[in-house]
Amino acid sequence: MTKSNKKRNRLIVRGIVLLLMVSAVIYTIAFKDKVKVLSVGDSAPDFELVDLDGNTHRLSDYKGQGVFLNFWGTWCGPCKREMPHMEKMHTEFEDKGVHILAVSVKDAKLKVESFRERYKLTFPIAIDQTDSVKGLYNISPLPTTFLINEDGKIEKIITREMSEEEIRSHMESIQPK
Amino acid sequence: MELAKLSGYLLLISFVAYLIATAFFGGAVKGAKSEASYRNNQWGKIAIGITILGFITHIGYFATRWMASGHAPVSNMFEFTTAFGMMLVGAFILLFFIYRTPSLGLFALPIAVIIIAYAAMFPREITPLIPALKSYWLTVHVITAALGESILAISAVAGLIFLLKNVDLKKPSRERFWLEAVILSLVLVLGFVLSSTAFKVSGYEAEFTYIDKDEKQAKIEYNYPPLFGMHQYEAMTPGAMEPLVEMPTIVNAKTLTTFVWSIAMGLVLYLLLRLIFRRPLVTLFEPFARKANSQLMDEIGYRAVLIGFPVFTLGALIFAMIWAHEAWARFWGWDPKEVWALITWLFYAAFLHVRLSRGWDGKKSAWLAVIGFIIIMFNLIAVNLIIAGLHSYA
Amino acid sequence: MSKIKCQCGHENPFGTVLCEKCGRPQTSEAKESELVDMRYEGAARRSQTYNKSIIDRIWNFFSSVKIGIGIIVAVLVTAAIGTIFPQKFYVPAGTEAELGAYYERIYGFAGKIYYNLGFHDMYNSWWFITLIGMLGTSIIIASVDRVVPLYKSLKKQRTKRHISFMRKQRIYGEGTTENPDDSLDRAAEQLKHLKYSVKVEEGALLAEKNRFSRWGPYINHAGIIIFLLGVLLRGIPGFYVDDQMWIREGDKIAIPGANGYYLESKKFIMETYSKDEAGEVFGEALDRVGMIASNYQTDVALYKEKDNALPGSTELEHVKDYSIIVNKPLKFDGYNVFQMDFRLDELKSMTFQLTEKATDQSFGEFTVDLVDPQRDYKLDNGASVKLLDYYPDFDGMEDGEPKSKSRIPNNPAFIFKMITPNKPDGENSFVAIQKTLESEENDYKVNFLSAETRDISGLTVRKDRTLYILLLGGIIFMIGVVQGSYWHHRRIWIQKGSSNELIIAGHTNKNWFSLKKDLDKVKETAGLPTYEDRQDKESVADEKERGQS
Repeated sequence: MTKSNKKRNRLIVRGIVLLLMVSAVIYTIAFKDKVKVLSVGDSAPDFELVDLDGNTHRLSDYKGQGVFLNFWGTWCGPCKREMPHMEKMHTEFEDKGVHILAVSVKDAKLKVESFRERYKLTFPIAIDQTDSVKGLYNISPLPTTFLINEDGKIEKIITREMSEEEIRSHMESIQPK
Repeated sequence: MELAKLSGYLLLISFVAYLIATAFFGGAVKGAKSEASYRNNQWGKIAIGITILGFITHIGYFATRWMASGHAPVSNMFEFTTAFGMMLVGAFILLFFIYRTPSLGLFALPIAVIIIAYAAMFPREITPLIPALKSYWLTVHVITAALGESILAISAVAGLIFLLKNVDLKKPSRERFWLEAVILSLVLVLGFVLSSTAFKVSGYEAEFTYIDKDEKQAKIEYNYPPLFGMHQYEAMTPGAMEPLVEMPTIVNAKTLTTFVWSIAMGLVLYLLLRLIFRRPLVTLFEPFARKANSQLMDEIGYRAVLIGFPVFTLGALIFAMIWAHEAWARFWGWDPKEVWALITWLFYAAFLHVRLSRGWDGKKSAWLAVIGFIIIMFNLIAVNLIIAGLHSYA
Repeated sequence: MSKIKCQCGHENPFGTVLCEKCGRPQTSEAKESELVDMRYEGAARRSQTYNKSIIDRIWNFFSSVKIGIGIIVAVLVTAAIGTIFPQKFYVPAGTEAELGAYYERIYGFAGKIYYNLGFHDMYNSWWFITLIGMLGTSIIIASVDRVVPLYKSLKKQRTKRHISFMRKQRIYGEGTTENPDDSLDRAAEQLKHLKYSVKVEEGALLAEKNRFSRWGPYINHAGIIIFLLGVLLRGIPGFYVDDQMWIREGDKIAIPGANGYYLESKKFIMETYSKDEAGEVFGEALDRVGMIASNYQTDVALYKEKDNALPGSTELEHVKDYSIIVNKPLKFDGYNVFQMDFRLDELKSMTFQLTEKATDQSFGEFTVDLVDPQRDYKLDNGASVKLLDYYPDFDGMEDGEPKSKSRIPNNPAFIFKMITPNKPDGENSFVAIQKTLESEENDYKVNFLSAETRDISGLTVRKDRTLYILLLGGIIFMIGVVQGSYWHHRRIWIQKGSSNELIIAGHTNKNWFSLKKDLDKVKETAGLPTYEDRQDKESVADEKERGQS
């Protein structure tokens, strides 16, 4: 091996080692608080819940159609306010292939039923008794809405109250073509 | 109850034995004329014999207390500190048989005595284990860590002897000043022991209510005349002294009161001794160190770190991490006690590196050994009593 | 220019202190000093090169032990600062604003500065992580740079060294004996007996012991690197799960972070030491401290989703029953569930009684489950109560309507419809704790009789696939550090000089005391000349004094 060759190899090896160390540090700093959560573009994890009327809903049954997946609770004010808008949009979009599925985060059944009667809701409401769907979707604030398109991919995640107009435009965005 | 009482007597015997052995080690050092007679003289043989006797009764204390309580007696400040003193003597005996130096005993035993006296100032009754401590890792982790620390402490003893011999104590210098400071801190510990005993014997008690940092009312009992009052205190004991100053919530005024009384007592004691001897106390110790071989002391100081460092790593870091994972669901949580164990470890790692590759031996190495002991004591005393964390059980 | 040629003809690499072949000092410093510096056998470190680029300079920076010590001290000081006030995870505050306010309120101005400098989250700060990264880099580079040349020079060391090498050793002696060859033989014999490996060549002897201890530092450094690597891997998704869960007695819920697993809490148990049982030994302590807890325990059942079942389905399969105690976590599939916390006495159900106000006559009692309440309650004598609505955490009225703050039954309130033979259409009554509201004066009332409560367990869910890597790192570290500290590399050189002269020299990396003990034994049997420890001035003086008297 010639001298310049040797020097070049030495530089390459040293450069790689130093680069590895620097990237390890940057990686640690950049990812120190990151927890793996669902984000836009991921496929929505499948689940199975029984609604108040006893019908079983599997997310995968809705393949080819849009799903407006809403997590809510009876005690949550914003949830209460957006429910009537959702009901209205439900009647408008049900035939266009966009379905609402409301998941109550472990409320008492009696409460959910009273609530449904009061607001005359017709879309399916299921109670997540074991927190498993809530955990699957990393729900923390309520309401949280996942817009799932015809391919089963997450189109958008909304973590606040929506107006009627917003709901309409969101539903249009996941309407199957 | 029988065992617990027996255990107390055995500890007392050890305490006395260490005091007597110290005197005999003094005789060994004083009587020695040459290297050979220094190593193998009668006084020295009697001294180490009494030390071993004391160590055996000390182990007896440990074993009987263990039998009485059903758990290793290392679960609170009294128990841990006493065990630390025991292991310090054990480490000394080990190194004595390698190097045969009475000077080491002359300095190691008084330190063990002070440590045991300090331990005795904490509540001594046998306490049951809280759920977090119920694990065999308590035994394994604490005993190994204390053993490591005690061997490291011997390094400081050797360092101290080296410094007393090699620093010119006849005229004032920065090194003499700091050596005097080390002696002073030992006198302050004595001050704590004396003041605490004095007020305990007199049966002083004063109760207060106060508002803690979570804005709740709490109760506290002082064993010293209260110099400082807790936040928004109200006296409950009629006729007791009123605190002079009220403290904000973050300061534990009771600890501060104890601290100030001890310092005051220690200072009075120190000044008294200065008045009697009319020279820096450190010069009093110089004759006892004169016979020691510097090279040997340097070697003992280094060797003790070499022996103690792996034991300390195993006990205070590795076993600690395993247990922390079992009990608190994480192997490392940056709890103050954990951090200070890491700091101690880093310090001795630095010690080994400067010694090995920067050639720091002799005085520099001796000073580092003394600082290392101060860090260990800081972790034992200050972190437990001042910086509250998960480890503050005592 | 980049090679150093020794007088013996050997070409040494740049940076060499002692000739690789004969041991002659090469630098002017080494030539002048009384004792030679034996670190790394005087071999050149790999980073010591003649031509330097920027990468070489960075490399050299990290290769320096001095820099390494500097980094250790920096980590030490930073870590210590982090213990002045509690770190953020030990502080009861959620948001950043609350945190800042907390530090200022409790610790005053110092707390504010502490917070603003970011010391409240010291160990996650970018500079602390960078320091640890630098420490790792320093350990790797400094070790690699030294271990290779050290290995090479120990491997090819020669038995016969130049006299200048011998003279500059700390242990050195020279003198004449009657029969040097015989002395050498006997020395070889005795050294073998002391477990040295002995080589004899051209009237020179090299005895060596425990060379393997020289590799200790490099092995323990490798252990630290493996440990740090384990810590780094926790950042990768799937390697590390850390979640909290609160589970109420009787509930069966999904375990967060462990998809497909469910936990049912059967009972939470808290026990304390009683004076009756433990009084004999612990009585004194119980008198002083008061109550001492002896056990926190959650009895659970672990369930798993059936194969092919989806989250949310109720088809679960029982895995095992277990009692989670502090220090004894539930273990399954790489997960650990720990008993960490608890809350006692949350309302579970309330029992009421329906009575006629005028006569105080009772129609019987009924119990409302506060978690999953029923709608209708049949009572005696044809009476019944219908629960119209329920507010688990009643929080006043909003727009004339009762409002619940959460789904937790902290302050339950109910709207009952009381149906009696006398009032078949029913009367409505709003019942909250310590409060009853009626829209118009009723003839009947529902009054509270008793309540049942349940406890909540706080559990931590952990999965740490890096644990074995960390443990491996720890074990390797211990092996290395023990190897390097409890054994010492000792070497003794004995050579014939001119005529009947014998020269002896000795070196050890640690523990000169034992080396001298070994030498003393050899000296006696082989009749070697006296040697001196040239760093131990006191013993030498002592010896001379004794000789004179």
